[in-house]
Amino acid sequence: MCTYLTEKITVAGSGKGAAGWFTVTDATVYLDHPQHAPAEHTLNIDFLNPANGPSARVAVELTAESARALARAIEVTLESAPPGLV
Amino acid sequence: MKDALIAETITIAGHEGDEIEAYLARPLGQDSFGGVVVIHHMPGYDGGTKEIARRFAAHGYATLMPNLYHRDAPGADPDDAAATARANGGVPDERLVGDVAGAAAHLRALEGSNGKVGVIGYCSGGRQSFLAACSMQLEAAVDCYGAFVVGSVPEGFPLKVGPIGHLAPSLSCPLLGLFGAEDQYPSPEQVDELDKILTEAGKEHEFHSYEGAGHAFFSVDRPAYRVEAANDGWQKIWGFYGRLLAG
Repeated sequence: MCTYLTEKITVAGSGKGAAGWFTVTDATVYLDHPQHAPAEHTLNIDFLNPANGPSARVAVELTAESARALARAIEVTLESAPPGLV
Repeated sequence: MKDALIAETITIAGHEGDEIEAYLARPLGQDSFGGVVVIHHMPGYDGGTKEIARRFAAHGYATLMPNLYHRDAPGADPDDAAATARANGGVPDERLVGDVAGAAAHLRALEGSNGKVGVIGYCSGGRQSFLAACSMQLEAAVDCYGAFVVGSVPEGFPLKVGPIGHLAPSLSCPLLGLFGAEDQYPSPEQVDELDKILTEAGKEHEFHSYEGAGHAFFSVDRPAYRVEAANDGWQKIWGFYGRLLAG
């Protein structure tokens, strides 16, 4: 199905897209049909800069299992950073 | 079968006269032909759906696929456009109807058109195919596993579209429905409900549900592809359009 289930957040950082590095201002997280991944539904993340147009996008499509593993890895990495670094 | 065709990107007048991109594939060497409006799936105006448009042209139908995301992301890659359209909440129903009406008018105005136009849509486009056929005069409509023609949107799913089964009395043409028995959206129960609604409304329709197939079984480049269901589905489409659009 086409879920349209989407979480939108604002972010600060950079991403590397088809035209090189750009400033990332927004991210969307959604569960829906992938464009490329061999699965019926995937957890998709778009890192965006809407002010620069639709092509300012870094996209990933992950299985639910790998998306959860990614979320855990991000948390673990941030939690284990030396005090004062983040 | 003659299968010569020409395919190109053109501009058509869509909803409220907006100029939008569209993909036109039409047969060569035919004096007279019917038309088909192809409504792309949610992943967008992509290569796979353009192949479908060419397939219809190879079978003798002038085929037009409007880029429903053109306004959201003009000139962008189809996947980037789909991401932008989704972030904008998807295609509003009113705009979809206007774009399909514009595409149908363009097809009817082609030299050689026999004046008959059908519509077909996949995934979200299945629902939109039904919506279009309830909103304007068409000669044939095909709904390929469109969710939320009937049935309520599950709680927590912020879909910006709702069920449209109540429009059935306005259906302007016969409807062919092709579904996967393993699909949950639409579920077999929802397919049965739509079947009943159409029967009660006295609307000609023909539904087929394929065992062993789920959602998107026509998509040759996805794991959901089911060759038996897709091959039989194509035969059903050729029979249906052959009866209602050809010539």
